[in-house]
Amino acid sequence: MMTEQNLNRPEPLGPYLLFGAFLGVVFVKTEVISWFRIQEMFRFHSFHMYGIIGAAVAVGALGIFLIKRADARSLTGWPIVFPAPEDSRPGPQHWIGGTIFGLGWGLLGACPGPIYALIGTGVWVMFVGLLAAMSGAWVYGLLRPRLPHG
Amino acid sequence: MIQGTWPWWVGGPLIGLVVPAVYLYGAKKWGVSSTLRHLCAATIPAGIEYFRYDWRSRGGWQLLMALGMVIGAALANAFLASPDAVLPISERTWTALAELGLQDREGMLPSSIFSWSGLATLPGFILIVVGGFLVGFGARYANGCTSGHAISGLSNLQLSSLAAVIGFFMGGLTVTHLLLPLIL
Repeated sequence: MMTEQNLNRPEPLGPYLLFGAFLGVVFVKTEVISWFRIQEMFRFHSFHMYGIIGAAVAVGALGIFLIKRADARSLTGWPIVFPAPEDSRPGPQHWIGGTIFGLGWGLLGACPGPIYALIGTGVWVMFVGLLAAMSGAWVYGLLRPRLPHG
Repeated sequence: MIQGTWPWWVGGPLIGLVVPAVYLYGAKKWGVSSTLRHLCAATIPAGIEYFRYDWRSRGGWQLLMALGMVIGAALANAFLASPDAVLPISERTWTALAELGLQDREGMLPSSIFSWSGLATLPGFILIVVGGFLVGFGARYANGCTSGHAISGLSNLQLSSLAAVIGFFMGGLTVTHLLLPLIL
């Protein structure tokens, strides 16, 4: 997540717009934004979605491995810090929150990235999906002190 | 070729590259669902502690990435659109959806549900509004979604992300196999 040290100094934000646009193109062309593809995945009828997630994790893991080995700094000058093992312990928030997210993913057929991409392709009713997701995040913020966290 | 479906072995690695790219550029862990928190903090923080922070400095980069996704998807839709009206989805999936009474196959999603007229029906309301609400609530409770947990988190070999991803599939499988037959 966000570490305190890289919050203070401003950085040029333009590259993030480009990273996002790149993802938007890939999301559309691999059809991961498709409700039909998510159904196909949860019915185990095709390898497509599993291949995409698996290959993304493989490339991401290789990239992180190389960054750790090179002890690289970011272009913006900060040391690259990865989440510590004690932050990686599964807690009730991961099991319960993850399952609630999964219920929503199965219904809406889109996770947050694809919600934005679908709006880009002109599925305007996804604005309602986005507002609903914002409401969910808001209610979580409200109830957060009373929910179990590990 | 470029206008048809990009195979998983092209698209998956391209998505995965974004993880090291964001680390190398800005020393940040890529995730999308935090934008939902930032949008709440920007609009109706309502004095809730979870939304009391400087969303511009902490979330600007993620909000810009989300805006980029909108733009990139619009460009792909305008210039790289597939000539085929129906996606090359497994025939077994089409059959299963037809058995649920879902006949429309054109486009990225069933337009009988994901449209303004569909939203006014009970199935449309459940899929879009209830589904969207659970996506936002669950992603923030789990502190990450498909990007932050399934891709960034698993890339970093985090056990907490593995737990979250198992939860994602428990929820999705429950909806697909138990709830959709009741809803549709």
